[in-house]
Amino acid sequence: MTEFLQLDLPPLLAAILAGGTCGLLGSFLVLRRESLLGDALSHAVLPGIVVGFALTGLRSAGPMLLGALVAALLATLAIGWVRRAARLEGGAATGLVFTGFFALGLVLLELTGARSADLDVDCVLFGQLETLVWLEAQGWASFFDPAALAGMPRQLGLLAAVALVAGLAVALFWRPLQLIAFDPAFAASLGLRVGRWEMGLNLLIAAAAVAAFESVGSILVVAMLVCPAVALRLMTDRYAMQVLGGAALGAGLGAAGVLLAGPLPAALGLAVSLNAAGLIGTLAGLVVAGCLVARSRMA
Amino acid sequence: MTPPFSVTGLNVSYAGRPALRDVTWQAAPGLTAILGPNGAGKSTLLKAALGLIPADSGEARFLGLPLDQARARVAYLPQRASVDWDFPASALDIVAMARVPHMRWWGPVPRAEREAARAALAAVGLADFAERQIGRLSGGQQQRVFLARALAQGADLFLMDEPMAAVDAVTEQTILAVLHGLAREGKSVLMVHHDLSLITAHFDQVLILAGEVVAAGPVATAFTDAAIARAFGGLPGRT
Repeated sequence: MTEFLQLDLPPLLAAILAGGTCGLLGSFLVLRRESLLGDALSHAVLPGIVVGFALTGLRSAGPMLLGALVAALLATLAIGWVRRAARLEGGAATGLVFTGFFALGLVLLELTGARSADLDVDCVLFGQLETLVWLEAQGWASFFDPAALAGMPRQLGLLAAVALVAGLAVALFWRPLQLIAFDPAFAASLGLRVGRWEMGLNLLIAAAAVAAFESVGSILVVAMLVCPAVALRLMTDRYAMQVLGGAALGAGLGAAGVLLAGPLPAALGLAVSLNAAGLIGTLAGLVVAGCLVARSRMA
Repeated sequence: MTPPFSVTGLNVSYAGRPALRDVTWQAAPGLTAILGPNGAGKSTLLKAALGLIPADSGEARFLGLPLDQARARVAYLPQRASVDWDFPASALDIVAMARVPHMRWWGPVPRAEREAARAALAAVGLADFAERQIGRLSGGQQQRVFLARALAQGADLFLMDEPMAAVDAVTEQTILAVLHGLAREGKSVLMVHHDLSLITAHFDQVLILAGEVVAAGPVATAFTDAAIARAFGGLPGRT
């Protein structure tokens, strides 16, 4: 049991929180037909992360998240500006801005020396779920022991905070978010400031991407923003089911990936162990494929 | 009497190309059709007045007031093609969106608002379709859902962007009946419209646009062959 708490629980919680948060917010991207924006935002935050890291010299949550949010804010404004100034459709403007931001981030990474220090590309892309451990855990009582809790991986705290904020925001702003996702022009005619709402949503998505990428990697962040929402999109006509089901599916995929990464190859008689993040991504893809098949059978 | 709607010196351009030039116009109460060929700026007039697209210059007034003070009394009905009808929502969900400014933002839709939304659906002949997913409605039924949503706003002035485009006969009859009902209640409707054959029988006034005001006023005096020929480039009017 202690071993479970020390070695298995932290990655399990991280995968559930990351999958759940991305799955929750992903529905708004998919419903607004802006799925690319999740990919874009999770890349566009890089210069902010690097600057936050360079200024403080710490890979701690606060400066990184703050830098990422500023970068996401600027990227969102830049996308809107490019759209208007260059008369480009949204996808083209998004592609232009996020590659520019990502490139700037890479340059900053070299210039500041952050790369040699700690921001490792493999870790950014694929995460480090397996390295999350809670060695201070000595049993369930450790959950009530402040000293032991302080030893929890810091990524878990950030993930939990972002999950809480995202969950509260979606719950409290349920109706305006639905309205803006369906018919932004009508929402604006009612007096809602659609641009600000979209900015808020983008910042939440950027925060979720930053909180999640360290543990599950940025590729999986993109997958978890899109796959659960698309799977639900294929399976339900109800808005509440779409949004809440997306969160549940994301969390479930995260849990399944972590729990099966060890036993699955063994059951198949393979002498390898699977990367949990990779398995989560594979399962997400399989679920979407399964939903596609089910949907085409129904039609 | 205060005009229900007016614009003064409205200029709008897309990518430097003017779409509306110096439009100054005052609507009279009742039913107004906004006519003109494709690209005449009919939808642009409504969108710019509502602040949905930026205007280069000009001012719009709704019931004599700036938009921010009149919003609760103005209903907007966008073009049906402007949204994704595969969206996971029922007809009732969509109509209830009209009441978002009057509801709390979380939890279930309050009973009174649900009833108001149901009544609006009944008014457009869709009482039995309240729970149906909007993607499973016909084009005409979808258009009536939008009309019901506008009705549910309880407005005094309605701006409708082509609600009669490509609809079935039942929907056309329903929309006309709703329009006349609104007029009887003393409400005003500005409707972007294509079909010139319905104007004389159903509308009080017209605004004929072709990038600028070609003609405006009561149907009897402004809806002339000469004005139509001028707006539609000398060609016979579209039907």
